[in-house]
Amino acid sequence: MIINSRFFNRSELVGFLALALLLFLVLPLSLDIFRLNLVAKYLTYAFVGIGLVLCWGYGGILSLGQGVFFGLGGYCMAMYLKLEASSVANTKIQSTPGIPDFMDWNQLTSLPFFWKPFHSFPVALIAIIVVPAIFSFIIGAAMFKRRVGGVYFAIITQAIAAIMTILIVGQQGYTGGINGITDLRTLHGWDIRTDHAKYILYFVEVVLLFGCIVAAQFIRLTKLGRILVAMREQEDRVRFSGYSVANFKIFAFCAAAVFAAIGGAMFTLEVGFMSPSFVGIVPSIEMVIYTAVGGRMSIFGAVWGALLVNFAKTSLSESFPQLWLFGLGALFIAVVLAFPNGLSGIWADHVQPRIDRLLASRKPKPAAGYVADGAPAE
Amino acid sequence: MLIGHQPKDFLLAVSGLTVSFDGFKAVNDLSFYVEENEIRVIIGPNGAGKTTVLDLICGKTRATSGSIQFRGQELTRLRENEIVQAGVGRKFQTPSVFEDLTVFENLEISFPRGRTVFGSLTFQRDDVVKQRVEEVAEMIFLKDRLNTYADQLSHGQKQWLEIGMLLIQDPDLLMLDEPVAGMSVSERAKTAELLNRIIKDRSVLVIEHDMKFVEDIAHKVTVLHQGQILSEGTMEHVKNDPKVIEVYLGH
Repeated sequence: MIINSRFFNRSELVGFLALALLLFLVLPLSLDIFRLNLVAKYLTYAFVGIGLVLCWGYGGILSLGQGVFFGLGGYCMAMYLKLEASSVANTKIQSTPGIPDFMDWNQLTSLPFFWKPFHSFPVALIAIIVVPAIFSFIIGAAMFKRRVGGVYFAIITQAIAAIMTILIVGQQGYTGGINGITDLRTLHGWDIRTDHAKYILYFVEVVLLFGCIVAAQFIRLTKLGRILVAMREQEDRVRFSGYSVANFKIFAFCAAAVFAAIGGAMFTLEVGFMSPSFVGIVPSIEMVIYTAVGGRMSIFGAVWGALLVNFAKTSLSESFPQLWLFGLGALFIAVVLAFPNGLSGIWADHVQPRIDRLLASRKPKPAAGYVADGAPAE
Repeated sequence: MLIGHQPKDFLLAVSGLTVSFDGFKAVNDLSFYVEENEIRVIIGPNGAGKTTVLDLICGKTRATSGSIQFRGQELTRLRENEIVQAGVGRKFQTPSVFEDLTVFENLEISFPRGRTVFGSLTFQRDDVVKQRVEEVAEMIFLKDRLNTYADQLSHGQKQWLEIGMLLIQDPDLLMLDEPVAGMSVSERAKTAELLNRIIKDRSVLVIEHDMKFVEDIAHKVTVLHQGQILSEGTMEHVKNDPKVIEVYLGH
């Protein structure tokens, strides 16, 4: 990993290191495995948030259907784990041994064709990336080539999330229905339910998260990142500068989908099941709220947003289960109205300048003038 | 008077162009031809269809019928970005620059390289790009503002920046929609100077209301009225055309 002044500016580097310190050291050392596993679950939404920063924050494409891609990644992983848990030996009491239990309950007598590739671990891993990428490409191409955007796109993605839930719930025999795919045990022969495995999975997830942060930062710093910003502001000017706006939107949407899918796959591993309740409209909107609270223009903000809102959700919904959803709604309205750039905006506008002033007053010589990223090297 | 000419002699050949919005013909059976290195100004009263003509050429609006040939290529079938790549640049009436990007980044985006998704992912800001950006920035009087975010620029500077973004594309046909509108007197003079410098080696199609400005730059003037050509020729010819005086200049 290259960390230099060009890749991260000073405050980004501080953000990166602070997050690394928290996730790699502070939380694993201070929390018990139950709480750490909860953090791991929260962090799966950070993947979605990073995707939304690129797609929504930078590209201006609001998707209210990220749960679909989170679910696709999660289900691809769950299908592999379920097949491994449904060996003939484990399922010999079923009328058809060797197929997942819910299929047996629904009178299926053989494994559906689309389940068969998921016997293979490499195929499952590839599917986690490729299936959501293809699906988002099809949606993106159908919408953006026809110049469907803005609110209409948001509504359509929301409808897709609703359709997806209905489909999963309705096709019980193939998908496990409303219960989802449960009773997952081993990953390639390795038991994922032990405390030891949960520690390892936590660290795998954090490494992947940092991988995604670096990938998103890379995209942000290329010309493509600047075109996304340009597109958000003046779509026509981008078009009349010789770019196919639709292709760039499709790319941003696909990238966001792939990030979400990685989060979904990790969710299945951390939590041990996958169900339609993480696919539909409500979870999709919650994912947007995490990103908005963290700051839709900030990759690190998205991670903090996912952590803090989920932490609040767990604490508050334990005490006031009825009130939580209202609280979440109020939080979203408050953020949008008062702090459009979320926590990272508050940090950059109010906290950072104070810290800088504090540091500057201690040191006799002030820090060198900040040079914007676009500065041509002379 | 132009019948009998082969369209391929011209850089741009518009023939029989019609666009109808719910039955209203904003441009009606319009034909005109622009030669290489010609500066053509389109004038006409409000609602004459001037901006619509530019929209049709650059692909923003689709023609109902008719043909637009650019270097023998039929533009009416191409998408907007393909028309740009064919060599047609368009400046909008209101300055449209990317306000959340710096002047440098604005110009860099228009640099004609890495225009595909993967091309832009692997795009390198090398010396060729930097040199060209600085060169153009100097021309548009923004050399010392390269790191300024575009939202900090004045109205006139934004107009220049957009002209600069077109220059960096290096189009064979440059289309400008009221380039001096809303500018102060000194900005106007500077813009005229800028335009006179950049029109070398390319054809320019300008919409403008400022008659003094038109007289300064035009080789040939086309007067539009109700989507049709009212008069065409040198400024001198057009100015003395009784039809033009009646509907436009006289008021």
